[in-house]
Amino acid sequence: MSGVRILVGTRKGAFVLTADGTRTSWDVAGPLFAGWEIYHMTGSPADPDRLFASQSSGWFGQQIQRSDDGGASWEQVGNRFEYDGVPGTHQWYDGTPHPWEFARVWHLEPSPTDPDTVYAGVEDAALFRSQDGGREWQELPGLRGHGSGPKWQPGAGGMCLHTIVLDPADPQRIFVAISAAGAFRSDDGGASWQPINRGLQSGGIPDPDAEVGHCVHRIAMHPSRPDVLFMQKHWDVMRTDDAGESWHEISGDLPSDFGFPIAVHPHEPDTAYVVPITSDSYHYPPDGRLRVYRSRTGGGEWEPLTDGLPQQHCYVNVLRDAMAVDSLDDPGIYFGTTGGQVYASANAGDSWAPIVRDLPAVLSVEVQTLS
Amino acid sequence: MTGPSTVRVRLPTHLRTLARIDGEVRLEVAGPLTTRSVLDALEARYPGLRGTIRDAATLERRPFVRFFACEQDLSLEPPDAPLPAAVGTGAEPLLIVGAMAGG
Repeated sequence: MSGVRILVGTRKGAFVLTADGTRTSWDVAGPLFAGWEIYHMTGSPADPDRLFASQSSGWFGQQIQRSDDGGASWEQVGNRFEYDGVPGTHQWYDGTPHPWEFARVWHLEPSPTDPDTVYAGVEDAALFRSQDGGREWQELPGLRGHGSGPKWQPGAGGMCLHTIVLDPADPQRIFVAISAAGAFRSDDGGASWQPINRGLQSGGIPDPDAEVGHCVHRIAMHPSRPDVLFMQKHWDVMRTDDAGESWHEISGDLPSDFGFPIAVHPHEPDTAYVVPITSDSYHYPPDGRLRVYRSRTGGGEWEPLTDGLPQQHCYVNVLRDAMAVDSLDDPGIYFGTTGGQVYASANAGDSWAPIVRDLPAVLSVEVQTLS
Repeated sequence: MTGPSTVRVRLPTHLRTLARIDGEVRLEVAGPLTTRSVLDALEARYPGLRGTIRDAATLERRPFVRFFACEQDLSLEPPDAPLPAAVGTGAEPLLIVGAMAGG
């Protein structure tokens, strides 16, 4: 029988939530790596038993953990992330040059075809790749070497490469997003990169045509249509139909177009999900009501999904990596909050129920659909 | 002190968990007894601790890690400075401590 396994990274450890295909009764395991920050935990599409976790601490640095048995046991693998060559500088918050310094791994993206290949997006922003299951890591230096690197500037959460999207139809094509540099695309397997930020409007940047400097929060793709990307930006929900050559706004009738995560329905490429947040000053839902918004029209027209979600006194946030979709026929949508709740919908968002309510602040949610 | 020493090292909880260590570590340390030689021996026995106490490339102490022994803060001592004799005899442990930070 089919089932799902949700991998939850939190401020104080990781948790694994499992259920059969009905997704009505959940087993909750954890905390794994108790007390450590787990920015991201995810599984290999090529081998669902192979999991990777980014474990970090402001005191003791970065670890990468790997499981080869679906999370039953874990092995500490590589933890050396060294920038290629002389790291150089980017801009600091005050505009002065600041040396590139590794802080942590924000996001791990395993190859869709090779269980030993996994990409890591790090702070300060760079893209690394391991081809031996996470033991050794090499930077793909063409990204920072694109030429705009000295102009990149951190967002409020640090200068992090937080989103990696691998094109399932073209192994040479990779998209990444960096706060607050913007989105970039490689068409040669990560050797060279170009900014793909045309059409993005960012109020904090005086130049409306700025090549970089945009605070992209998250990008999502449907695997059947890899030239179409959905983006949740610092403000604005955006869409491209040409792999990032140009973007147009699809915020439409959202109550706020500020937010962090964005996700796409597994079977309907024009159905997208966002979680509006009041503003950059108020990182909580408008009116204290936690609402997921769904567009079935590829953006522009959005419907609130509230059944089962708190509609008063709710002041949590949903972070950029904390929303995921499974691929069952009646798809499950999942998200975690900074208040420690993980919500699940087994009907594409029509209704929701909490799986757990009192975890540490949730940093990331991934789901594996198991056969 | 230059002969082999059996040194007691006490690690913070998160590093004991990471290295799957229960209680204190006892290490045979050859040569001059310094924070560098103790950490070299510690990392040789527990490779997973590389990079957690000092930077894996520069070997500089991580900012929020401190070294205490014999009621002294040795964190700012040079890594090749001799450790107190009581550490070398095993009478006192070398404490590797996560600094109080974050409120």
